[in-house]
Amino acid sequence: MFIRMILGALFRQKGKMLMVALTVALGASLASAMLNVMLDVGDKVNRELKAYGANINVLPKGALLLSDLYGMEQAPDTPDMYLSEEDVAKVKTIFWAHNIVDFTPHLNTSGTINGGADAVKVTGTWYQKHLSLPTGEELETGIQRMRSWWDVSGDWISDEDTDRAMIGSALARQQGLELGDSFTLGVGTNEQTFTVSGIIEAGGDEDDQVFITLKTAQDMTDKQEKISSFEVSALTTPDNEIARRAAENPRSLSAKEHETWYCTAYVSSICYQIDEVVPEGVAKPIRQVAESEGTILEKTQLLMLLITVLSLLGAALGISNLISASVMERSSEIGLMKALGAHDVPLTWLVLLEILLVGLVGGLIGYFAGLGFAQIIGQTVFGAPIAAAPMVIPLLSVLVALVIIVGSLPSIRYLLSLRPAEVLHGR
Amino acid sequence: MSQMLLELENVTKSYGSLDALKDVSFSVEKGEWVAIMGPSGSGKTTMMNIVGCMDKPSSGTVVLDGRDISRESPRSLTNIRRDTIGLIFQQFHLINYLTALENVMVAQYYHSLPDEAEAFEALKRVGLEERARHLPNQLSGGEQQRVCIARALINRPRLILADEPTGNLDEANEGKVLELLRELHQEGRTVIVVTHDPEVAEQARRTIVLEHGRVHEIRDNEKD
Repeated sequence: MFIRMILGALFRQKGKMLMVALTVALGASLASAMLNVMLDVGDKVNRELKAYGANINVLPKGALLLSDLYGMEQAPDTPDMYLSEEDVAKVKTIFWAHNIVDFTPHLNTSGTINGGADAVKVTGTWYQKHLSLPTGEELETGIQRMRSWWDVSGDWISDEDTDRAMIGSALARQQGLELGDSFTLGVGTNEQTFTVSGIIEAGGDEDDQVFITLKTAQDMTDKQEKISSFEVSALTTPDNEIARRAAENPRSLSAKEHETWYCTAYVSSICYQIDEVVPEGVAKPIRQVAESEGTILEKTQLLMLLITVLSLLGAALGISNLISASVMERSSEIGLMKALGAHDVPLTWLVLLEILLVGLVGGLIGYFAGLGFAQIIGQTVFGAPIAAAPMVIPLLSVLVALVIIVGSLPSIRYLLSLRPAEVLHGR
Repeated sequence: MSQMLLELENVTKSYGSLDALKDVSFSVEKGEWVAIMGPSGSGKTTMMNIVGCMDKPSSGTVVLDGRDISRESPRSLTNIRRDTIGLIFQQFHLINYLTALENVMVAQYYHSLPDEAEAFEALKRVGLEERARHLPNQLSGGEQQRVCIARALINRPRLILADEPTGNLDEANEGKVLELLRELHQEGRTVIVVTHDPEVAEQARRTIVLEHGRVHEIRDNEKD
């Protein structure tokens, strides 16, 4: 009979129930869209932020010591001031390998242009290096991907170029060099002629540097297979208390905290894992970048969360009004049930179950509509689809149920206060 | 053992400074048919609410089937109403999204267990077996009132309490409803009808006339 009463109420009051279902659907669709975007936006925003450079720098232990103790940027020419080029690809073997987006090595030296007296900084690096990893993974990485904001006139050089170079715009002006010009670069006792392939406008130190391939730089400095440092661009999770403590000293964590920290993509745990595979080096987060990324990500997620909460709050208000109106309209029916012997609890269940069933339908419609909205947001903002997060389904179910229950509270209070004598006889 | 089903003693019901009922005392025997009459504002509805366990008196005692209902909790009053009283309303109060049969079954559901066959028999008894699957808005006023009577009968209550049962009916349907009440009385049920219609009141064995919240007269219709 209970089911007949519920079905009767649902199917013979379609208009009212449809309104409640639509209100729930509207709130649920916004919540579903925002939750899906929020759960996927971390990766998306992170990838967008990776366009602005590396967030981890790996230096040889000796160079880091000198830099930390004496502030020396240019390391003396001793073996412990270099890393091995083959160490670079090892970053793709760490626990968080999938979060390593790009990386590139640097071999820094100084030289002279056309026999001039002024020393210029020369950097050998990868541009768009194709790597075949021992894991079977094939990838392309290099500075061209990591400096997407550089304004380059002319062409980027390739990793096979031995006689082409890119130079900073300030240096080009100073030396009177233009695209296609040749110049002689002297490094130590070695000299080599290069053609200017591209002029870099970076707005930083790079505007005063010469960029050649890593191989050429190694040959000119007689540092085969050596690099001064390498930088890594990794997708990271914003730091929390554990991450901050671990960054200071990983040993300060308990075993459980250590496991949590190690298995979360904090910049400090990724650095720790890089240190494990590159024992001669020390990975240091570029704090400013990592923290800015974390802040932007946190704020974006907070904004999404606020929109979700507000949309659900709006739905709760709408539901509350609709159900209150519906219960008031049905007060004589509810009064009659009380007169026939219905107690408050079964009556409350009757009304609540009706609304929950309608809410279920509204929630389902809202969930799928929300997936559609999420795709529109994904394509419009990130140019990529938003993956449907399975955890949104239970989360949304709980939220919709809560919204319905909270929205129903005023009408349930009214229902409980109804006295049959008042509604049946007006007294 | 007492033959009284209902005994009111010095019952007063006040709403603020207004006394809707004042020192009302009377009793109703088991199997008796009593009419409560009076003009508007005489306290008929208040009386119906108190006897129907839907309200409590401000003072005085009301003993229904051996229990003093003036001292019972709201929950207990609901149980007494469910088990003892069959309510018939002037406005019928049928649930508009349930069929005639389902409306009868609702009373069974809140009393014990719904039994479709039994509910159908109750509708058959009031002459509505053909209309069992109809919604209230597909029934005439007289038919709706007969569904209301079937619902009141379904749990075999000891007291049938009818509030203006013919108030919204035409003459033909009024006759049918009064005939049903007469049958119930003849079966030994106690019937209390609240009415302002002297013709309806005359069908009862006694008429209690209320005026300004007091018992103005108790008339024995059989003697008259």
